[in-house]
Amino acid sequence: MLPLTTGYFAGYQPMQVLFGLFAAAALTGAILIKDRNLKGMLWEALAVSLILMLGTYLAHNTIVNLANRKIATGFDFLDREARFEISESLIPYSAASTYGRAMLVGFLNTLKVSILGIILATILGVGIGILSLTRNWLVRQLAGGYVHFLRNIPVLLHIFLWYTAITNLLPPLRQALSPVPGIYLSQRGFFYPVPEPATGWTAALYGLIAGVVLAVAATRVARLRQDRTGEILPTGLVAILLVIGVPLIAWLVGGAPTAFSVPALKGFNFEGGTSISPEFFAVFGALSVYTSAYIAENTRAGILAVSRGQIEAGRTLGLSEGVILRQIILPQALRVILPPTTNQYLNLTKNSSLSVAVGYPDLVSISNTTLNQTGQAVECISIIMLVYLATSLATSALMNWYNRSIKVVER
Amino acid sequence: MSAAEHTPAEAASGPIIRIEHLGKWYGRFQALKDVNLAIARKERIVICGPSGSGKSTLIRCINKLEDYQEGTIVVDGVTLDENVKNIEHIRREVGMVFQQFNLFPHLTILQNLTLAPVWVRKMPRKEAEALAMRYLERVQIAEQAGKFPGQLSGGQQQRVAIARSLCMNPKIMLFDEPTSALDPEMIKEVLEVMAGLAREGMTMLVVTHEMGFAREIADRIVFMDKGEIVEQAPPKEFFANPKSERTKLFLSQILGR
Ligand SMILES: Nc1ncnc2c1ncn2[C@@H]1O[C@H](COP(=O)(O)OP(=O)(O)OP(=O)(O)O)[C@@H](O)[C@H]1O
Ligand SMILES: [Mg+2]
Repeated sequence: MLPLTTGYFAGYQPMQVLFGLFAAAALTGAILIKDRNLKGMLWEALAVSLILMLGTYLAHNTIVNLANRKIATGFDFLDREARFEISESLIPYSAASTYGRAMLVGFLNTLKVSILGIILATILGVGIGILSLTRNWLVRQLAGGYVHFLRNIPVLLHIFLWYTAITNLLPPLRQALSPVPGIYLSQRGFFYPVPEPATGWTAALYGLIAGVVLAVAATRVARLRQDRTGEILPTGLVAILLVIGVPLIAWLVGGAPTAFSVPALKGFNFEGGTSISPEFFAVFGALSVYTSAYIAENTRAGILAVSRGQIEAGRTLGLSEGVILRQIILPQALRVILPPTTNQYLNLTKNSSLSVAVGYPDLVSISNTTLNQTGQAVECISIIMLVYLATSLATSALMNWYNRSIKVVER
Repeated sequence: MSAAEHTPAEAASGPIIRIEHLGKWYGRFQALKDVNLAIARKERIVICGPSGSGKSTLIRCINKLEDYQEGTIVVDGVTLDENVKNIEHIRREVGMVFQQFNLFPHLTILQNLTLAPVWVRKMPRKEAEALAMRYLERVQIAEQAGKFPGQLSGGQQQRVAIARSLCMNPKIMLFDEPTSALDPEMIKEVLEVMAGLAREGMTMLVVTHEMGFAREIADRIVFMDKGEIVEQAPPKEFFANPKSERTKLFLSQILGR
């Protein structure tokens, strides 16, 4: 990487002098003036002027240095041909694509590993959190051990451990393990069958979406009906039947296709089916398992935060254990679990930038390559920062909104 | 009715609660020793005794918040055993009010009251809300229906807790030190609600240190010590000439004479 500045002093600039004068004025005022509110404001003004002074200095210095080295600034390079390959991509990409598209591929890969990681971390974390509260001593100890062991290993080491395990413990491609026919595990990745494209499968996919929508609608209708008549309908069962049944019927109507594309060893690689790369799997496994330890702790704390008296009050009212769980324990526990878990989701997303360590082509890894090829350090770093900032802000905005909507009113 | 078997003869005439040879252990520690108690319909019992004597444990056994190891409890003709149907049946008949109120903090006052009627009695929401408002008016708190428990004073919260129990139309009400967590100026408003219930003929078991309330409301005072019922008598007799030394000691401490 090119050093940003070489300690070369680019000289003063009118703006800096101006902010310097502001700072001096604010400092004198802050010392002399007695009024506490005004004093506070002047200290803040001092801090802001100093930051602006430093900012203009750095910006000016950088511009002068870049000009001296004849490096063009701006984002024009994004339209140039990237001339490097990316090992995995969710959208069509080749070395002839632009840098802009390469960055997009990286961003999508970051999203893919983060979203899938968040889903697995949540399932594992909530499960382990509940297990750590069971009556069984052994199960409790195992769950506690899981949490303590995993939390105390740095996340980068997690990623290396997973990567090393896959690339060293599994056999080479030609001797790939096949635990189930059609599925192959090797140090070059995991290969598994996928359905051959057919109308039946497309129909099933739309059926699944329709099933979910119908299930939500049915639950709403059932709730309204309960409000009106008091009758309690088995909404959970109906929802499950809809989510499974509708896609199944769509698949049958669409001709019930059964053809699968099965991976088979041809020469130096597998053909057919699809695969998961060791790089993706290492990052995905490491991040979700590491984060799940924190989510397990959050879950445990959230459930413990619901006092025993709440459950007893529910019981004395004659509520069934299921209703107590759904209407009393979960809503209260969720309010405690959610805020720290949002943090963990953000952490997982940010930690995915460690992908570069094993060569999973995430946003940081591809920006890094771009930076090395173009020398556009400021632009590349800004893009990374802006994308992470936007993703984090979007996630926390969503979670804050949800949090506010379920907040308990206190006086 | 329910799957629980009913003996109509006993249900109509006999005691509404029958506790026989009740024994309960926490590990090796015996919290209740051979407790026998029969409570008639509409009877009002006050249970008192020193801290740790097993008062809470006893009334918590009646709706199976606590397991017990010996003896039998029969509530309104239904035997309290391991049968979940019987337990649920008895819990629907028996209301309970706790020292710590135990309102559901995430639900409004109105939702606190309608939860059980909607999910247990399968009542339409409108109907449940009308019922809840009637009981809120009775405990003089109807204007707070839309608030959350955290926004109410302790006395108001305890009155809501009583109203919440009443919404299930229980035959028996259990109170475990309902005023012990309250500031002195709020104790009265809660005791008044309880006195009102007593006048209407509710069968009540009240654990309390409010001896004034006991004197006025109770048909019988039960004194417990070290997991046993030491003595029981109507209030006049109980306060005028307690029989056992332990009762005398307790009374002298609590009444300060
Ligand atoms: N969960 C428990 N585990 C072990 N021991 C318990 C438990 N609950 C109560 N005990 C013991 O059982 C005995 C009776 O307790 P209980 O709560 O019934 O007393 P109490 O008469 O209600 O006292 P207080 O006036 O302080 O409320 C006490 O010695 C107490 O320490
Ligand atoms: Mg007690």
